[in-house]
Amino acid sequence: MIAYILCFILFLVGLYGAVTQRNLVKIAISLSVMEFSTFLFFALLGYIDGGVAPIVNPAEPARIYVDPLPQALVLTAIVIGLATTALLMAVIIRLYRKYGTFDIREMKNLRG
Amino acid sequence: MEGMTIIVKKTTQLIAGMIFMYGIYVIAHGHLTPGGGFAGGVIIAGAFILITLAFGSDFFKLVKEEMGTTMVESIATIIVVLIGSAGFLLGTKIFFNNYLPKGIVGDLVSAGTLPLYNIFVGMEVAASIFIIFLSLIIFKEESLK
Amino acid sequence: MNPLMPLFVVTPLAATFLIMIVGRFVKDFNKYYTSLTLLFLVIISFSCLFNIGENVDVYKVGGWQPINKIPIGIYMVMDGFSAIVVCIINLIGFLVAIYSISYIKRYTSENYFYALFCLMIAGMNGVVLSGDLFNIFVFLEISVISAYSLVAFGVEKNELEASFKYQVLGSIASFLILFGIGFIYWKTKTLNIADIREAFKTGYDKSFYLFVQLLILSGFGLKAAIMPFHAWLPDAHSSAPSPISAMLSGVFIKAVGIYVIIRLFFNMFVITESMAILITTLGTLSMVIGVFLAIGQWDIKRLLAYHSISQMGYVMLSIGIGMILISRGVKQEVAALAIAGGIFHLINHAAFKGLLFLNAGAIEYTIGTRNLKEMGGLAKSMPATSATSFVASMSISGIPPFNGFFSKLIIIVAAITAKFYLLAALAVIVSIITLASFLKFQRYAFYDKSDEDKRPEAKEVPYPMIFSMIVLSIVCLLLSLLAVPVVRDAVLTPAINILMDPLKYSSQIIGL
Repeated sequence: MIAYILCFILFLVGLYGAVTQRNLVKIAISLSVMEFSTFLFFALLGYIDGGVAPIVNPAEPARIYVDPLPQALVLTAIVIGLATTALLMAVIIRLYRKYGTFDIREMKNLRG
Repeated sequence: MEGMTIIVKKTTQLIAGMIFMYGIYVIAHGHLTPGGGFAGGVIIAGAFILITLAFGSDFFKLVKEEMGTTMVESIATIIVVLIGSAGFLLGTKIFFNNYLPKGIVGDLVSAGTLPLYNIFVGMEVAASIFIIFLSLIIFKEESLK
Repeated sequence: MNPLMPLFVVTPLAATFLIMIVGRFVKDFNKYYTSLTLLFLVIISFSCLFNIGENVDVYKVGGWQPINKIPIGIYMVMDGFSAIVVCIINLIGFLVAIYSISYIKRYTSENYFYALFCLMIAGMNGVVLSGDLFNIFVFLEISVISAYSLVAFGVEKNELEASFKYQVLGSIASFLILFGIGFIYWKTKTLNIADIREAFKTGYDKSFYLFVQLLILSGFGLKAAIMPFHAWLPDAHSSAPSPISAMLSGVFIKAVGIYVIIRLFFNMFVITESMAILITTLGTLSMVIGVFLAIGQWDIKRLLAYHSISQMGYVMLSIGIGMILISRGVKQEVAALAIAGGIFHLINHAAFKGLLFLNAGAIEYTIGTRNLKEMGGLAKSMPATSATSFVASMSISGIPPFNGFFSKLIIIVAAITAKFYLLAALAVIVSIITLASFLKFQRYAFYDKSDEDKRPEAKEVPYPMIFSMIVLSIVCLLLSLLAVPVVRDAVLTPAINILMDPLKYSSQIIGL
């Protein structure tokens, strides 16, 4: 139970960083911290007491394995997170070329 | 862009081939051990990025590499869709069906179409990550010219 | 088993990568291949709509049959409600693809535009047709990543800043959704929507249930631009290129926002009264605040974007009224009427908001400005644009005999019959203020005849753009036929029956 609460605290730390930071790259890193806490939570879900890693040895096939489904879901979600972070980084680089600074307080063109 | 110092170049000459072989190992045993298409593809892309960073290259060679890699990525994805649709066209009308013969559990050549999916998805993921790296470098070089 | 269902996802996905390969060598391949693919999708989606009736079609990907009545594998489900939304996505996608044949000429890399556009259509079709919770998340991410890149397509300062805002807020919402999916898997040990419904029927923990519902509502509410989460919408929809604005505001916030909220809250969760009251309150707030923020705008696309928030508030309001009545267990026919009004308004809004954004794009194409104070007297020089814009403005304000009148009438009548007099009064007031705002748009853009020598030169837009606008205005006029009882029973009643009867959805999927 303690492990799940720690995952949630890590999510809140990442959310605090995304809300209050002023440098563009630090906002992107806080979003990465948020997504990693979600992956940890998912991977911890599948634990069954007394289980081993779910790789079948053809000599002795009948043992207690941990749940392999959350591990497959986390693998997919990691690749999706990589694509999102790459797109965010590309937009940040182009923003730096246009404005000359990484500070988010300088970019106030759209208001109202 | 220039390359790095002589120590990095010598170490890359020794190591990059082994990283590439390790990536192929992870892809090929995707149905027996953890890993598969995604993880193996990222390792192979790591080998290519290491070579480009350590030795440097000029702008025109980078643009030619980007065109070739985009072709590889698109062709690999179309082959994945074709393998999935082949189950639809021959016999039972189900997409992504496993229609090749499945061998004995634990062999390297077994489990139907799964190794084929792993290989082509691995090629596509490696090409994608290399293209992400190449686009950012080309953008920087273009604005410096 | 309907073998046409995976074609909705596989065809645009293959089209994306074919355009990237062949578009480099053959010159005009990308435009015509996109239009052909979308025309094929429109034909099969309309044939599915007319054949679906009251039954629920299930497709098991990979052919994995259930063991001991437990569904393994990924299911794709099409019923009455999904068929309607799939038709909307593909029809408006086809018309926007034809419109962008002549609009995209002023951007440099056309190849990537058509590839990303097909990828977005594939993602949205996947979200609507999926019967599995994590599959919704994967296709949601596919469509949303292509939307982020399409908003930042012409890389100027405004568009990059709008895309950055959209990306940060959208990522936070995606991680909230993933957290919610994790909690649901923890308690029910399954990911199939119908199976989760069976698990929740036996018993659940009250505080856990409320927490999970709040996470899912916040995550998908941000994608649908409901009131506390609307901050990205005016910037993103006004800075994108005009065909993409029409796609985003007309289809995207419905297919990945409102559709998933309706599907999960009616068919997966057991409806509780506190959640229904929360949804009604959020809908009312969006409706009122959206229209008050829209009055003072002088930029055409920002004005239309704020009106999108207000009209989505109408849909959430009527869905909330239906949920309150179902959870109390009284007056089932009034609940059916409220849900019918909500779905009808969803269909109408896709048609007229898409048409309004295409008109704004046509105005910007000829004149080059988006400020209402700098244009005027366009009705003489652009006849097709001004006529279709008149039809769309009358539709959104609720003037008979256009389609907006019938859907708003059904929502107000349902609110009065269920004794929510305050909500009905607010709906009428918001409709009047919407009319005022669009009369201002019509006058300043098309009919202002003062200072004629200071206006910029204007001529009519090219033929593909006129074709899309005229077809969409004919669709707007035809949609008012949905209020006729014969057509309504064929199209809307299967959707309402699936949503209101919880046993029908799960029994037809698990029993098969």
